[in-house]
Amino acid sequence: MEALKEKLENPVELLSSALLSGDVEVVDLTHTLDPDFPVIVLPPEFGQCARFRMEEISAYDHRGPAWKWNTFTCSEHTGTHFDAPIHWISGRDLPNNTVDSIPPEHFVGPVVVIDCSEGSAQDDDFELTPEIIAAWEAEHGRIPAESWVFMRTDWSKRHGAAYLNMRDDGPHSPGPTPEAVRFLIEKRNIRGFGTETVGTDAGQGAHYTPPYPAHFYLHGAGKYGLQCMCNLDQLPATGAMILCAPLKIKNGTGSPLRVLALVPKGGR
Amino acid sequence: MVIPLQKPPRKNPQVRTRVPTLPSHHRSRSALFMAAAAAEGRFMLQVCAEPECLAVQYPARDACSSCLSDRLIWQDVSSRGKLIATSTVRTSTNIYFRERTPWRLGTVHLEIGPSVMCHLHSEVTVGDEVQLINRLDKSGQSVLLALPMEKAPLQEDDMQLRELTCDPKFRRILITDARNPNAYALAKSLLEAGASAVFIGEAESWRPYPDRSKLESLQGVELVSLDVTDTSSVQELAGEFGGKVDILINNARFVRPGGIQGRGDVGFAMDEMQVNYFGMMRLAQAFAPAMAGRSADGVNSAVAWVNVLSAYSLVSNPGFGSFSASSAAAHSLSQCLRAEMASSGVRVVNVYCGPTEDEGHQPLPPPKVPASTLARELVKALQAGLEDVYVGDIAKDIRRKFMESPKVLEKEMTSLEAL
Repeated sequence: MEALKEKLENPVELLSSALLSGDVEVVDLTHTLDPDFPVIVLPPEFGQCARFRMEEISAYDHRGPAWKWNTFTCSEHTGTHFDAPIHWISGRDLPNNTVDSIPPEHFVGPVVVIDCSEGSAQDDDFELTPEIIAAWEAEHGRIPAESWVFMRTDWSKRHGAAYLNMRDDGPHSPGPTPEAVRFLIEKRNIRGFGTETVGTDAGQGAHYTPPYPAHFYLHGAGKYGLQCMCNLDQLPATGAMILCAPLKIKNGTGSPLRVLALVPKGGR
Repeated sequence: MVIPLQKPPRKNPQVRTRVPTLPSHHRSRSALFMAAAAAEGRFMLQVCAEPECLAVQYPARDACSSCLSDRLIWQDVSSRGKLIATSTVRTSTNIYFRERTPWRLGTVHLEIGPSVMCHLHSEVTVGDEVQLINRLDKSGQSVLLALPMEKAPLQEDDMQLRELTCDPKFRRILITDARNPNAYALAKSLLEAGASAVFIGEAESWRPYPDRSKLESLQGVELVSLDVTDTSSVQELAGEFGGKVDILINNARFVRPGGIQGRGDVGFAMDEMQVNYFGMMRLAQAFAPAMAGRSADGVNSAVAWVNVLSAYSLVSNPGFGSFSASSAAAHSLSQCLRAEMASSGVRVVNVYCGPTEDEGHQPLPPPKVPASTLARELVKALQAGLEDVYVGDIAKDIRRKFMESPKVLEKEMTSLEAL
């Protein structure tokens, strides 16, 4: 009897039971690591983001009779990936700024989702502004401290050239304004910011002051980034939680990872 | 009379693909000098260097047939002569010729002295003044063929000549990199040369590039998904199209300026090796077996594998030192591929190109090779049946100096003056 009581009071046991019963559902926010998935494109004179590549080592054959395995290579910033503060020059001197030194509890936590899908459908350069955040809070309440904020744009449903949406003047995709990022950091003390686009910044983010404000402010404040996510349309505005542990790479600036969300049943 | 080549019908799926066979490949080491000349389409024979002799030799030998001197020098000589006898082979114990009879042979008395046995173009008959060409046959060895003095109509359609060339006419081509600025000129030249289809590999269709609409506008061009750095993409295309590639032109290239110390990392070097070296290896592993199996497959048999290499594969250009090293690796690999393709008769053609007119070489002074020149020379080489081609003044200069002395060329390229 005592044991049962303990079990019911153990929050992890409760979560496990909820997962088993389906009261809590798991949503995968991760794109498959695919050689042809777009990566950020920089001018040719700069170093480039390595694409995901896979070479077979053996497949139950003369190279290894009973086993199959591959060698894969990619950038720390290929596919659905995590940005650590050291990724940006503004965060280079912070303590615990690499994927291997970030406290593990930071990889598990609450998430709120700001739906910008309608605006993004109409405007490739749609901006997340403080006004939109204010309107969201008026409906859903104040963004809790230490929570992740995801900008839903449904951009992950785009394929091929429409994803980067590259033109002669650079890529065009939605993102936050400098003011919006500063608000989330300075007034709400969020843990990180996540997007469906190739980066946390807008496609034209280089033309803000400062350039790439999401990267500059987030990482300068020791916050994290998640990008190239999908299925954000399956998350509730509030009440979900994510698990987003990057690979433990020594001095790593980021890592491809599996981002999973725990969502209360019917909360999608 | 040349029998005009007919566009081949679609393949009959019930007929087994003919297995490649080869003409005799046995030659002395001395005779390999003729093969080396044939690789560039040159007509060279040994000439005795004794001032009182100067006899022209044929076939290749170690001592002068006239004065026994061993001072025999390979020289470009006149290839003109008179066809004094002909013969038609109607059967042969050699399987290669047996499958190709009737095959005409002749004796040509060269104006420089020797009489030679040679293959005959269908337009030449006894008593004709003829010009000989020195070419590689399917076994990769030098053979001579007598052509009429004036180009005959449809001369290139002659069966015995076509066995020696890699003519794009009625053949299907795969160009591996649509993003290379030379892709359009290559495709256009090949179509003008009679290619029946040009497939062009396009990497990363999610990223636009300037020539896409131009490529799409060419009648006969089909863009296919191919990234030479992605093994799965190469394997997939080979699985789908491998049996339709008669000529593969590998124009994929990654080039950035810089050597060793200026770069300070191996990032671009890895990209250079991924495209220029591993890219060729992936393509060869995926496409070469199917091509090798189709080298006797009629009018549109698989016939050539073309690597567009840098002339700096022969000697380092320190300003592009890391790119040069990847090109040298690619060059070495192409020699390995040549050896592995030898038993099929598919020719591996190396095009050594000087700096090209593109963004990768933008700050370099001219002369630079325009894409149209590269395309013209490459197609000409296929039509002529060459194995080594040097395109542009810089490549030709490097070739000459390399043949003269690789060490002196290295000294010239890496001296303090050069830097």
